Amino acid sequence: MAESHAIHHHPALKHHFDNMEQQLEAGTIGMWVFLLTEIMFFGGLFLAYVIYRAVYPEGFAVASNTLDVRLGGFNTVVLILSSLTMAMAVYSAQTGNKKRLLLFLFLTLILGCVFLGVKVFEYRSKFEHHLFPAVGWYDWSHEPTHNPALASQARVFLWLYFAMTGLHALHMVVGAGMLVFLMFFAWRDKYSPEYHAPVELGGLYWHFVDIVWIFLFPLLYLLGFHLGKH
Amino acid sequence: MEATAVAAEPRINYLNNDYGWKSWLFTLDHKRIAILYLVSITVAFFIGGAYAGAVRLELLTPAGDFFHADTYNKLFTMHGVIMVFLVLIPSIPATLGNFLIPMMIGAKDLAFPRINLLSWYLYIAGAAFVLYAAVAGGFDTGWTFYPPYSSIYSNTHVIAAGIGIFIAGFSSILTGLNFIVTIHTMRAPGLTWYRLPLFVWAHYATSIVQILGTPVIAVTILALALERTLHIGIFDPKMGGDPVLFQHLFWFYSHPAVYIMVLPGMGVISELIANMTRKKIYGYKFVAFSSIAIAVFGFLVWGHHLFTSSQSVYAGMVFSVLSYIVALPSAVKVFNWTTTLYKGSMSYETPMLYAFGFLGLFVIGGMTGLFLAAMGLDIHLQDTYFVVAHFHYIMVGGTLMAYLGGLHYWWPKISGRLYPEGWGKLSALLVFVGFNLTFFPQFLLGYMGMPRRYHAYPADPVWQVLNVMSTAGASVLGVGYVLPMIYFVWSMRYGKKAASNPWPATGLEWMTLSPPPTTNFEVTPVVTTEAYDFAAIEEIRAAT
Amino acid sequence: MSEHIVSARIYLVIFASLMVLTALTVFAASFDLEHIWGPLNAIVALTIAVIKATLVVLYFMHVRYSSRLTQVIIVAGIFWFIILIAFTMADYMTRSGWPGAGA
Repeated sequence: MAESHAIHHHPALKHHFDNMEQQLEAGTIGMWVFLLTEIMFFGGLFLAYVIYRAVYPEGFAVASNTLDVRLGGFNTVVLILSSLTMAMAVYSAQTGNKKRLLLFLFLTLILGCVFLGVKVFEYRSKFEHHLFPAVGWYDWSHEPTHNPALASQARVFLWLYFAMTGLHALHMVVGAGMLVFLMFFAWRDKYSPEYHAPVELGGLYWHFVDIVWIFLFPLLYLLGFHLGKH
Repeated sequence: MEATAVAAEPRINYLNNDYGWKSWLFTLDHKRIAILYLVSITVAFFIGGAYAGAVRLELLTPAGDFFHADTYNKLFTMHGVIMVFLVLIPSIPATLGNFLIPMMIGAKDLAFPRINLLSWYLYIAGAAFVLYAAVAGGFDTGWTFYPPYSSIYSNTHVIAAGIGIFIAGFSSILTGLNFIVTIHTMRAPGLTWYRLPLFVWAHYATSIVQILGTPVIAVTILALALERTLHIGIFDPKMGGDPVLFQHLFWFYSHPAVYIMVLPGMGVISELIANMTRKKIYGYKFVAFSSIAIAVFGFLVWGHHLFTSSQSVYAGMVFSVLSYIVALPSAVKVFNWTTTLYKGSMSYETPMLYAFGFLGLFVIGGMTGLFLAAMGLDIHLQDTYFVVAHFHYIMVGGTLMAYLGGLHYWWPKISGRLYPEGWGKLSALLVFVGFNLTFFPQFLLGYMGMPRRYHAYPADPVWQVLNVMSTAGASVLGVGYVLPMIYFVWSMRYGKKAASNPWPATGLEWMTLSPPPTTNFEVTPVVTTEAYDFAAIEEIRAAT
Repeated sequence: MSEHIVSARIYLVIFASLMVLTALTVFAASFDLEHIWGPLNAIVALTIAVIKATLVVLYFMHVRYSSRLTQVIIVAGIFWFIILIAFTMADYMTRSGWPGAGA
């Protein structure tokens, strides 16, 4: 749309930008640069994982088998499905379909909550089995089938599990909050085919969180899968 | 410099267009946010400086007789944390960068003004945590926070300090993010990358480092906090962890961090030298790409801080070679700046004096860095005063001098007033003399074996003389820093009013009024000339 | 820059591929490949994960249709992450006794 000076300003155009294209470009690059910082943020924990896994292969495999692959796999499916619904939400915004936009944002939110619910269940189970790696909470030998020599090594795995999935879950909670905001503004008719940048940028964030999980699942859950469950 | 007669009617500019604390604390104007940062950083600087003063006081005598050893540990720790995280990292980008980058590219503001304001609030929140930790009893781990001392044995406020640094880190990330997006998307018509002032290139490179490095230290502090509270065992050998892993993660950020500190200073120096010698910077593209090279290579050398840890010798050799390579782009810049001076039409106002100071002191600091990059030599010099002198030459002799030079140079634009030139020159001289008196003896002390972070040293007369010289220098340096604070404030009321382009200099920021209107330019400029095009300026001079 | 609208059909195809790859990674993990070659399980798992991530990035995140700058940003992120891992591993892997009884 032609931007004639001071007459046809889209209500969402911020005053320091010349036109909506520039605003969208800035927003998109901004979100990608932010995701870049997230890669490095998680990166520190991935580094710790790589090093400790190489040094403690046995303990890691055994500790990994205390995680339930079915729950992890289910969560993986849920999260990838939520990425689909998020992409469909963006599509709905691009084609100006408010009802579908609201529906898909809502589905994404529900799926995200399901994921978090499963994580709560998994964490609680870890606490109950004395596998939370803090002083006073951790007792590897509580389970007679656990090889006591691997207690320290398994503990390192478990703190990585909690730190990495915990950080991931925190990002999902933020993402859920973001979805609520998007739904609110979509309901208020803020978005249109000409302007739906928040939905797109929110989608980028959500997909990134999905990608982190795509790596966490095999690294944390499938590590010792070939050894068979204990 | 030229002053104008007092205007008949007050003109609306970014300083007077609105009054009241709300107009400052809720501002979205990048220029006001820069002022907010300027004030906060100055306060932090004097607090950090007070800690340094206490350290130097103790070291007047060999015996540890002024402070208890534990207290002394807290003094140098808090000096380091405040100066690194609350002063040097934000200094030039958050003040001069925030103020000038939109103007230099002909834009009305940064890409994300609200994120800019948020980054200042994050800075304040981070500073609040650090100061709380200081007031509640301090923390004594050294600014490097190495475990297992920081994770297990220290019973001081490590976590509070860590939270403060964590939050301040996000302030830094957001500033970098804003700059990258702004420089990519908001340049005025005709302003191609190779027409940008080198100040902008330097900040672009700095922003890359902020974006890629800071998140790593953030997650490291998080891990350290978990270690300290839950005794998880990440860095504890007894529980299967590795303390050297902390060092790797810490220095992956903290080495590039020193480039966050020095690159903006180099950007300032490019502007000062070009504009005060009325010459285009020699080898513009080399200087521009050297900034990027420093940013990239700066990420490959962190292991030179781990030479005396249990890092493998082979890795050490690789890091050592890379540390020599990273010096090359800095050397390129120094050669180019120096060559620019040749046959330049020089003026010796205060900013130029600071630029000269930078050139000499940065070279010394850089060369002594090469001493330390040689692994065999570093074994002997690690944790001595040689290291302390080296990094102070770069950070104080380099960055801080560039910061002061830049503040003086752009003061007419920022405040609309001229600072008193005589006092400016005196302060620059005091800073230069005071600085060298403070830190040169420390090279000698370090070479002779005086360890850092000790509140006492052997009762050797030579050592004591050098320490006394150092403390005396620090006092002179302190005076040199206080004077500008006084006369800058004085000038806001009593200084001569400044023209749009008092030097005169090149750059879009000088093409608008001093102080600028809120939207920077009445009409978006269109750029048709290369950077540092002094022929055009001569025409302006001839016409006025 | 004009916006490219990715069709719903492509999204469904990508989703189906991701489901297949997820099943594949679980299936592959159930085999002990480590006695063929030590790191093989890890390599297979990571390769599949990288393929999945690539599909999400290219299609769900529209990078296939995005500007060169966006693509440079992503490559830079991956590259820097690799620097972090590779250079640190260069230390650990050249220590004596690696991978041994502790770092």
